[in-house]
Amino acid sequence: MTALAALIRRDIKIALRVGGGALIGVLFFLTVVVLMPFAVGPDLALLTRLGPAILWLGALLASLLTLDRLFMADHEDGSLDLIVMSRTPLELTCAAKALAHWLAAGLPLILATPVLGLLLNLDATATSAVALTLLAGTPALTFTGMIGAALAVTLHRGGLLLAVLVLPLSIPVLIFGVAASQAAISGPLSFGTPFSILCALSLVSLVIGPFAAAASLRHGLD
Amino acid sequence: MTLIDLANPTRFLTLTARILPWLAAATAILLLVGLYQAAMAPDDYQQGSTVKIMFVHVPNAWLAMFVWGVMSLAALGTLVWRHPLADVAAKAAAPIGAAFTFLALVTGSLWGRPMWGTYWEWDARLTSVLIMFLMYLGLIALWRAVEDPSRAARAAAILTLVGALNLPIIKFSVDWWNTLHQPASVLRMGGPSLDRAFLIPLLVMAVAFSLLFVTLHLAAMRNEILRRRVRRLQMMQAGRRSA
Amino acid sequence: MRLSGSGVRCVRGGREVFSGLDFAASAGEALAVTGPNGSGKTSLLRLIAGVLTSAGGSIGLEGGEQELTLAEQAHYLGHRDALKPALSVAENLLFWQEFLGGEACDIAESLTAVGLDHATHLPAAFLSAGQRRRLSIARLLAARRPIWLLDEPTNALDTSGQALFAALMTDHLARGGLIIAATHAPLGIAARELRIGISE
Repeated sequence: MTALAALIRRDIKIALRVGGGALIGVLFFLTVVVLMPFAVGPDLALLTRLGPAILWLGALLASLLTLDRLFMADHEDGSLDLIVMSRTPLELTCAAKALAHWLAAGLPLILATPVLGLLLNLDATATSAVALTLLAGTPALTFTGMIGAALAVTLHRGGLLLAVLVLPLSIPVLIFGVAASQAAISGPLSFGTPFSILCALSLVSLVIGPFAAAASLRHGLD
Repeated sequence: MTLIDLANPTRFLTLTARILPWLAAATAILLLVGLYQAAMAPDDYQQGSTVKIMFVHVPNAWLAMFVWGVMSLAALGTLVWRHPLADVAAKAAAPIGAAFTFLALVTGSLWGRPMWGTYWEWDARLTSVLIMFLMYLGLIALWRAVEDPSRAARAAAILTLVGALNLPIIKFSVDWWNTLHQPASVLRMGGPSLDRAFLIPLLVMAVAFSLLFVTLHLAAMRNEILRRRVRRLQMMQAGRRSA
Repeated sequence: MRLSGSGVRCVRGGREVFSGLDFAASAGEALAVTGPNGSGKTSLLRLIAGVLTSAGGSIGLEGGEQELTLAEQAHYLGHRDALKPALSVAENLLFWQEFLGGEACDIAESLTAVGLDHATHLPAAFLSAGQRRRLSIARLLAARRPIWLLDEPTNALDTSGQALFAALMTDHLARGGLIIAATHAPLGIAARELRIGISE
């Protein structure tokens, strides 16, 4: 437990210090959301309707962007070798790294949602619905994205390859995330159904992600 | 006093230490006078007392642009004249400029609430300021991305100048985009024919905020110089012969 | 405690690096792995560390703690220093101590032992290559593990650093530790030599 706590503390510290990427994710999120009206026009009624979708897409891309370095940085400086040799099971280590990443990069996105909701003319209900679905859904994005990050390390490729690997995997999360937010705003579906599925997706990825990432790291290091 | 005299960071530190208290006092007095005059100004016949947000909003918006101008000058100082304090000035100005821009956005949106019924309208002016805010944040992110400030300085200087060249283009495109989509709903705020009763407090507030910027900027530059000295001392300490 | 391998075969990128390699080392003994570039010295260390999987043969540990695997009782000091420039010297070391677990030794003492006590609270970004190496060596002291796998450990170290590290290795062996080091330069301690990669 000390080992995992130490790892989480270290990763968050690095993300928040000079050169860390935590706040760049939020900035990216903000920029993507601000770009949307320039493409679809400043019609507030339209933006209100598209709002949840825009926020979800922005959050999806932002959380993916920062995932790129999840294992790559540790691989480049040799830390990953020592992490693999550790007495802590690699699956738990991977889960701890993903958790640290979510705390440093995912949580700020959710905190930024109300401000961005204002820009898209979402009312309080809609904004809180989106924030709630993001809170339930972004862990799934991080934990499935982690599989891509682990594969990217073992293939010595990052960036766009990671996006191509992970984006299809995140489609279900996107579907139910937006569906739940829309249901809370306008119906006709009940909010509970898609939201439960979203939570289920997060829980499943919480289990699958660390195992797949650990397997990929174990067999792919050289 | 010339730029050459100021080039020496030590002289800059002693000089600003003497100037700063006076500057801060002048800023405080002007702000108080400006706020008093603004409070005493008559209500607008259309907007009522909400018009008074203007006295805070307009100086902030003006400074948002002015600070980018200061940073562009500093960027030229870094790239062309290689003035040793130029990148210190540029780095210190970025967060202050971002703060003024943020305040302009917040006051603008608070002003918009009673006029538009929403906190945010994709009005051409507000949108341009929002893009400017994003550019400020990007610049700060660039400064933060590299640990060595002298290495970050050139990259930041280039980005600042590119931004300065791009700002008119962005402004023009946003205006065009906005009128294309909603020709009727563009609201004129204030307008050019400002009454003297509004104009004088506004000018006082503009001068007060400019002084506020100068004060904050000099103080931030002092901090940045000291921070770099600490960094240099730390590097010297690290380089001390290992036993 | 005895670490041994028999018939170890290593394949990297479809190419056989070595095969049929036998080696053994007991507690208190140092094994210096030598050989030309590309002969697989680093690969052998990484095989023992469990970071790579071997294509054949077996590597085993007799004695030692029963509940732990070989890798979990070994320190690996590779080419890369596993340091984060954004963290301070002490933070870097403390992290590895907490993460690696096991019997711990005082951080300040470990830093003093490698001559970095003056830099405890400075960012690791300010360290020179030799100082970074000293900091990774401090990791071997801060968390105790009986087996040291060292890949060119004296790289980037100056003469005083090499002497200091030789003393630390001697001390480790005297405590019943075991060292396997891939090296070009003499280690500065008495070590049995294992030459690999000599074409027959």
